[in-house]
Amino acid sequence: MRIFDPHIHMTSRTTDDYERMAANGVTAVVEPAFWLGQPRTSVGSFTDYFDAIMGWEPYRAAQYGITHHCTIALNPKEANDPRCREVLQVLPRYLVKDRVVAVGEIGYDSMTPEEDEVFAQQLQLALAHDLPALVHTPHRDKSAGTQRSLDVVKESGIEPGRVVLDHLNEVTVASVLETGCWMGFSIYPDTKMSPDRMVVILREYGLDRMLVNSAADWGKSDPLLTVRTAEAMAAAGFTADEIDKVLWRNPAEFYGQSGRLDLGEAEAGGAFEGNTILRGGS
Amino acid sequence: MTWLEDAVTAVAKEATAIRALFPAAGRRAGRDNADEARAALLLALSGESLAKEVAGLYHHGDNDEKRAVLKTLPSLDVGDGCVELLRDALRSNDSRLIAAALGPYSRHLADAEWRQGVLKSVFMGLPLSSLHGLDERADAELARMLGGLRDEREAAGRVMPADAVALLERLA
Repeated sequence: MRIFDPHIHMTSRTTDDYERMAANGVTAVVEPAFWLGQPRTSVGSFTDYFDAIMGWEPYRAAQYGITHHCTIALNPKEANDPRCREVLQVLPRYLVKDRVVAVGEIGYDSMTPEEDEVFAQQLQLALAHDLPALVHTPHRDKSAGTQRSLDVVKESGIEPGRVVLDHLNEVTVASVLETGCWMGFSIYPDTKMSPDRMVVILREYGLDRMLVNSAADWGKSDPLLTVRTAEAMAAAGFTADEIDKVLWRNPAEFYGQSGRLDLGEAEAGGAFEGNTILRGGS
Repeated sequence: MTWLEDAVTAVAKEATAIRALFPAAGRRAGRDNADEARAALLLALSGESLAKEVAGLYHHGDNDEKRAVLKTLPSLDVGDGCVELLRDALRSNDSRLIAAALGPYSRHLADAEWRQGVLKSVFMGLPLSSLHGLDERADAELARMLGGLRDEREAAGRVMPADAVALLERLA
């Protein structure tokens, strides 16, 4: 079984996680740029972070044969801080990179006028750089936030098939399905979505344009919940081919629209016997 | 005209055009040709602000771009104006950047910096044969440092890589 996790924040995870993921078949990941728990206060903090998710993380992932790509954006929460909004000026320098396969995470947190503006601007950046877009739907007032996100996407002129709305649930999935956008689900230990609920959604709404991710980050989360979802699908009678579609071919198709996704076997990255991750290597 | 020929012409005409072309070279010229294509773009740069533009590409670059800059430095007319980039690379923990920083341009590093680079390569298990001018530059101080590493490794029941042992013996 091969797993492509289309949304995971590896910068918050340990090297042990990479090892466990690889051992369980997770051999491709996309790391979206998001917030870090602790608010940032300057553009430099963002560019260091961007450098990490397009430099150090792919290198770390490669030690375990995992292919790592990323998405780049100013996230909605920090779009509200004028000190962070200047990041928009440097984004064009990052959106041209080989390992950047989408603009994201963009969208809404508290649905402020600032978020409106930054969301719309970044959809234009996606169009200008011929990249798909990853849209985070808000945790609070999710239903209204999802609808408003769909309106902004429509207004931007970006093709719906090049947009994913993420962190969906039973309440928000149907409205996204009918627009032609992709549907993302974050499987969490207690909150957002569980493997068994996911199986019910796949039964009801089909497998097309469905993306399943762990969204694992610095909070209570688990990078192997994609694997648990594949197992729940198998237990519910889905075939190996159907599981492969949802957990590998769908994310490959979505991010493949960037023209930059390279799923060739992750090179060992010049590491010699994997020892560059050892503390002695620094 | 190929993409690369067009890109080289554009850079020769307006240096700042390289900022968008250099990152895209891998996917436009073919991943296997990325290093050569990036070198060609760098060689098309000229003018007083050459070192500054090269440094900007390095600092904004992903690790493949950084590596391409480091590998091309010896062919660029920047004198010792980009030695700071080697220092940055040697502080990193990416073995490909370490190796690229210890090419011919490393002659601009001070001896103490260069020795630290060699020792770091040994720590990371990089093949020492890839280091430029190792035998000419290796000195008694490097031998002292390698000897210390060997003692620590032996005390821990571990071994030093064979090529580092061989270097130490050559210096003895």
